[in-house]
Amino acid sequence: MYVLAAVFNLNHPAHTVDWSFVHLSVANVIIIGLMVIVFVLALLLPFPGAAARRAARDGGGS
Amino acid sequence: MSGIAPPPPAGPMPSKSWTVKVREKGVEALPPDRLLPDGQPTYVASWIYVFGVAGIASLIVIIASGSILALKGPAWWHFTGVGHFLNSIHLWSVELFFFVMVVHLWGKFWMAAWRGGRGRVWVTGAITFLVAIPAALTGYVSQQNFDAQWISTQAKDAMNSVGVGSFFNLTNFGQMYSFHILLLPIAVVALVVAHVLLVRRHGVVPPFELERRAEFAAAGAGAKGQR
Repeated sequence: MYVLAAVFNLNHPAHTVDWSFVHLSVANVIIIGLMVIVFVLALLLPFPGAAARRAARDGGGS
Repeated sequence: MSGIAPPPPAGPMPSKSWTVKVREKGVEALPPDRLLPDGQPTYVASWIYVFGVAGIASLIVIIASGSILALKGPAWWHFTGVGHFLNSIHLWSVELFFFVMVVHLWGKFWMAAWRGGRGRVWVTGAITFLVAIPAALTGYVSQQNFDAQWISTQAKDAMNSVGVGSFFNLTNFGQMYSFHILLLPIAVVALVVAHVLLVRRHGVVPPFELERRAEFAAAGAGAKGQR
């Protein structure tokens, strides 16, 4: 824990992103960005076995 | 004497007891094969549902770690190594819970998951997210440290500004702790259970394309029937 505390110095006021009335901490902006990236990946990445299931369904004639 | 119940008496049927009515309603709403199905449609093979299940998994870790923290108390979670560890597990499982729930909600929003009479499925999911927010925020003010003191004295102004400060006193540790470990978790768990049961009852919403095909097929069948 103390090693991590040395790597990430938290002994300062939060860095923020300011744009008009929008006032967000950098930490929150990073989290929101990560959520958007994961969401896009969830849409784009093929789900394991999905293609095989579709092929089985279409091949089965149902 | 055997343990087998005697056959019901002949003659007019007595009025049904509440247990029979509840059982019949329950089985009618959720037959066993729909409650625990053999499989799901192919379109359920999607990452979006993995995030829904990950939310439930996170919630289980949250409840389990929170139960241990509640049993051991503030001195343990502040001043022992294992206590620090469980405290961190509790915090990060909450972070994960919100992360995966947001991704699941975004996905279901853009899939218009309320289609086909699934309004209650969507609403229970959305309300779960809303109720989980105060469940988490009351955790911040239940830490029993200067961080909690700072947050509670700042956040009480927000409560007062909207006129609910006399109902939710953020500087009252007992009230906030009760909300955090009893009332709000019960609400979140009840909503999640209702959400999952409603998903089982109505089924997962089909993709737009499949729904359009089904509508065309129904319209075609109707036109044939009219000829």
